[in-house]
Amino acid sequence: MARFDGYNTDGFYDEMFFPDGSARPAVQMLVERIANFPNGELIRRQITAEYALLRMGITFNVYADEQGVEKIFPFDLIPRIIDATEWEWIERGLKQRIQALNLFIDDVYHEQKIIKDGVVPAEVVLSSGRYLEQCIGLDPPRGIWCHITGTDLVRDSDGQIYVLEDNLGCPSGVSYVVENRQLMKRTFPQLFGMSQIEPVEDYPSRLLDMLQYLVSDSVMSPEVALLTPGIYNSAYFEHSFLAQQMGVALVEGRDLVVMDGYVHMRTTKGFERVDVIYRRINDDFLDPKVFNPESLLGVPGLMEVYKSGRIALINAPGTCVADDKVVCAYVPQIIKYYLDEDIIVPNVPTYMCWEDDDRKYVLEHIDELVVKEANQSGGYGMLIGPHATRAEHEDFAERIKANPRNYIAQPTLALSRVPVLIEGHFEGRHVDLRPFILYGEDIYVLPGGLTRVALKKGSLVVNSSQGGGSKDTWVLSGTR
Amino acid sequence: MLSRVAESMYWMSRYIERAENVARFVDVNLQLILDQPIGMQAQWEPLVATTGDDEEFEERYGEASRESVIKFLAFDTENPNSIISCLRAARENARSVRENISSEMWEQLNDAYLMVTETPEEWALTEPHQFFTDIKAASHLFTGLTDNIMSHSEGWHFCQLGRLIERADKTSRIVDVKYFILLPSVSDVNTPFDDIQWGALLHSASAFEMYRRTHGLISPNNVVAFLLLDREFPRSVLYCLSKAEESLHAISGTPLETFSNSAEQGLGQLRSEFAYAQVDQVLHSGLHEFLDAFQTKLNDVGDDIYKTFFALRPVDGESSQSQSQMQ
Repeated sequence: MARFDGYNTDGFYDEMFFPDGSARPAVQMLVERIANFPNGELIRRQITAEYALLRMGITFNVYADEQGVEKIFPFDLIPRIIDATEWEWIERGLKQRIQALNLFIDDVYHEQKIIKDGVVPAEVVLSSGRYLEQCIGLDPPRGIWCHITGTDLVRDSDGQIYVLEDNLGCPSGVSYVVENRQLMKRTFPQLFGMSQIEPVEDYPSRLLDMLQYLVSDSVMSPEVALLTPGIYNSAYFEHSFLAQQMGVALVEGRDLVVMDGYVHMRTTKGFERVDVIYRRINDDFLDPKVFNPESLLGVPGLMEVYKSGRIALINAPGTCVADDKVVCAYVPQIIKYYLDEDIIVPNVPTYMCWEDDDRKYVLEHIDELVVKEANQSGGYGMLIGPHATRAEHEDFAERIKANPRNYIAQPTLALSRVPVLIEGHFEGRHVDLRPFILYGEDIYVLPGGLTRVALKKGSLVVNSSQGGGSKDTWVLSGTR
Repeated sequence: MLSRVAESMYWMSRYIERAENVARFVDVNLQLILDQPIGMQAQWEPLVATTGDDEEFEERYGEASRESVIKFLAFDTENPNSIISCLRAARENARSVRENISSEMWEQLNDAYLMVTETPEEWALTEPHQFFTDIKAASHLFTGLTDNIMSHSEGWHFCQLGRLIERADKTSRIVDVKYFILLPSVSDVNTPFDDIQWGALLHSASAFEMYRRTHGLISPNNVVAFLLLDREFPRSVLYCLSKAEESLHAISGTPLETFSNSAEQGLGQLRSEFAYAQVDQVLHSGLHEFLDAFQTKLNDVGDDIYKTFFALRPVDGESSQSQSQMQ
């Protein structure tokens, strides 16, 4: 195993190796194969792959970065491998979770039985910045609210997998899953011959299927559009990739107009009706007449058409209420309440700062915990206690005291690691996993998902906007 | 097709064509200078004049020299018509319509852009011919991909329209500027030196060999006729106008020789003017005036294309907005 000589798991759970340095069963073939590569071969292929990404323009935009604008999403050649048994368990857990969350969202915008029955406190739901009164009483097409979810999973040092958060808004990253796979096939064709790997390339057609399913049967050939904030959005590559792969129009707010009770696109031949919008802009910006009046990204009058049932919006407006990190802490109870089942894949233990006991604990242990704003994502608005300075601890403590409802805290998990090629040798780096779930006629979980790697040594932040990279993720086929 | 998408396709191909034209005539001038008698002043100003940016150039660089002109026309990011600016603008437009063009087209254009940004200026100054050849090849490859991979439907016709209008404009400018310089020496016709100059004008439009096949010996009248009025040479103004007109009608579905919008009317009138023009008459009544009027009318056609297909049309109760991507 020459290539992995000197690789040390440093006491963390490693996705490829046991603590004694021997390979886990699912990766044994891969490890042997890599060990047999001639010197320099891996680096050569890594450079080739990175240049291919640049050529293909598979890049993302960094908001804070004034000059670079476009960067490639760093890609590591060594795949992350998940065996069939573990994946089967994850898949079951995610389906259960999405089904329950959908029932929850529908309930809080209708009868609010879960609140009346005292399972989730009313304040938790109603005080959430993501609970939209404008959506009360709405019935989305086919009764589905959360069509697309990108749930983040992490593994702690004891090997246990937890759900970190659900990302029901506009989860991004699925284009990298598909592109990473294509890149891997080009880079290591021989590895694919020897392994049975679940395919991911059919995601765009499954997505299109789901989008078209939402149109009422009376519409003969539904017109689907993907609504993007535009080329300066950090996920623009993904928007254009998905539109291209599905063969649907990629539109901006200014391309759409509400007329005669329908949504239309402005084309060179006049106005053309749209039936389904996969929107990659947040609720707030969807319709300046209903939500943020300053929004230039949305379409004035869109919600009116939505209420009349003449347009399907994916995900349904209001869905993000279940994305609130405080609401998220109640998912075990939510699953029990609607499905009468125990949660399969557990939540990361969460302290809710608005509860006196929890807040006291959090303030006393702030240097050990991860503190997050309830409504933030993308690695922004968070404090990683053990890595932060004293001044930062104090700053967050003040913020928590000022607005306890807006903060949750979780133990700092020792996220599992994977070997990453760094300057010609392997070093362990922390990872998470974002599987993508589609809810249409049935619930589909894309095998694997996006493995995000914190490329900075010792870092626990995997977000692409904060220096994260990605790996191809292989789910090995079982006997199912 | 979305109006915004159509506009981006149109500008994408216009900018690529523009970059190619700049590369070609800078390259030709470099070659030409090698043939000039010792002691003869190198003609760098006319190059900048051809792009119409001479005032800006003078303000920022002063004296025109080999270095300053190459820098300004190839690498200056503040010059909106430099090769690098054109490729950047083409790429930005392509990026916003990536889902409508093929991946190969996007990758090719992205490659060309990366190539220019990664080329050190010193290298381009020492090996200019190779550099400009690469730019031309990149444009040809892109055009080839557009023709052979994209469906020849609406989007393709907007690409055609953009490319052909840009080419007609550039060919007319090259003729205008060069003729103006060569005119004083028209009495020197048929001296070897003059032959080289007129040959260079043909080379600037990649027209030299095709001209030879058609007319043989070089004469100023024939050169002007070939570049403006030839019906078969793909860089002549008349050819560009005819093909652009065909694409315009393919987009609207209106039969040729009729019109349903101001763009079709204007382009049709312009094409007829060229189709029934005669080179001696044009030269007699003043080539410069003729070409000046042509460029104004061509700009009007561009404006009419914008108004007809790209402008955001207001609907009831909505105020009119207009945004142009022209930069």
